[in-house]
Amino acid sequence: MDRYFDQSIKGVSTGTTILAVKFNGGVIIGSDSRASMGGSYVSSKTINKLIQVHDRIFCCIAGSLADAQAVTKMAKFQLSFHSIQMESPPLVKAAASVMKELCYSNKDELQAGFITAGWDRKKGPQVYTVSLGGMLLSQPFTIGGSGSTYIYGYVDSKYKPDMSREECLQFATNAIALAMGRDNVSGGVVHLVVITEDGAEHVVIPGDKLPKFHDE
Amino acid sequence: MAATAAMGFPQHLSSFNDLVPEWTSREVSTGTTIMAVEFDGGVVMGADSRTTTGAYIANRVTDKLTPIHDQIFCCRSGSAADTQAIADAVTYQLGFHSIELDEPPLVQTAANLFKDMCYRYREELMAGIIVAGWDKRRGGQVYTVPVGGMLTRQPVSVGGSGSSYIYGYVDSNYRTGMSKEECLRFAAGALSLAMERDGSSGGVVRLAVISEQGVERQVILGNQLPKFSTL
Repeated sequence: MDRYFDQSIKGVSTGTTILAVKFNGGVIIGSDSRASMGGSYVSSKTINKLIQVHDRIFCCIAGSLADAQAVTKMAKFQLSFHSIQMESPPLVKAAASVMKELCYSNKDELQAGFITAGWDRKKGPQVYTVSLGGMLLSQPFTIGGSGSTYIYGYVDSKYKPDMSREECLQFATNAIALAMGRDNVSGGVVHLVVITEDGAEHVVIPGDKLPKFHDE
Repeated sequence: MAATAAMGFPQHLSSFNDLVPEWTSREVSTGTTIMAVEFDGGVVMGADSRTTTGAYIANRVTDKLTPIHDQIFCCRSGSAADTQAIADAVTYQLGFHSIELDEPPLVQTAANLFKDMCYRYREELMAGIIVAGWDKRRGGQVYTVPVGGMLTRQPVSVGGSGSSYIYGYVDSNYRTGMSKEECLRFAAGALSLAMERDGSSGGVVRLAVISEQGVERQVILGNQLPKFSTL
């Protein structure tokens, strides 16, 4: 009941938890793996919400899945064309700008927001968020999706700039696990992608290996 | 958690009018962050201090920790009028009961009185209440009565519109067997984080420690709140 009320005011929020965090030398982008219909049926337990738009640039989506797929397909195409023209890998900011342009120009039809994260030679690791209406913002870390409300306090208290890769993995895993523990439309396994100068590495943490907290 | 819905859309008695600000027709709400945590020997309760009427902050130094009896307090969230009326009624009923019994009342009794009223009048009320205190039979106890009138005892409970943002922090930082000082730091940290993210929570942090010895109250002003790297 509450969720439908919220949706009419704030717009559709995918039942999901997504985040991206910068660390010393790279970024980690992560999400849960649940796709649900209306909060009472889990249509998939293991979908991957982390979409690769270029070698070292990934996106994750919040909002309508259909809109998100359409936008990311378009972005992938534009980026690969751009990268061929420039004869170099695209900047993360370029990827985020492509998303922003699509979201802003079609703001009346679309209902999707994105987190774009990656590594490029010019600025190193970066995290960008493109909101529903097309605002583009660069941040040290960002969280999104319905499950993110429950972990604002946790990420605000635990984030430190320049973490190591291991600290950052722990931070991202804990945050998503906590959100999955409180949000009924987030769940399944934790998908993480670690992006550095050396490439992108996909880490999957299954349910039984997730961190447990005091009441579990 | 139904208790977290900060209702900002009650009956609008007048439509758009240039002469008076919009908030004059809005209900007064304690969109808020409240919490209580048990420790061995007592409880720590905390709340922010903001009361809003729409976008206007009607009271920026509200005291949402209301005494119900000598060693039983409640934290109020939801409609300010509803929660004040309920607290007054329960204070009266509990006082009378305690005189009849000729001993201090149980926290569980106070919690049940809140629950009875919140459940019976659930259609008319908008109140989320956390009842906490100390009694001789069971020591420190925290009971939560969210919107709708459920009653449950929990070692740690958060409520109000700002509570959504700190579930992750509370789940990861709470441990059983914390000392009084650790509980105070835990509560102050949680409330600060919620106040930073929730527009309806803010002001100062009010804390109360209830134990066998009685009640100790403290206020943490804005510039003394715990700081986190992102804030």
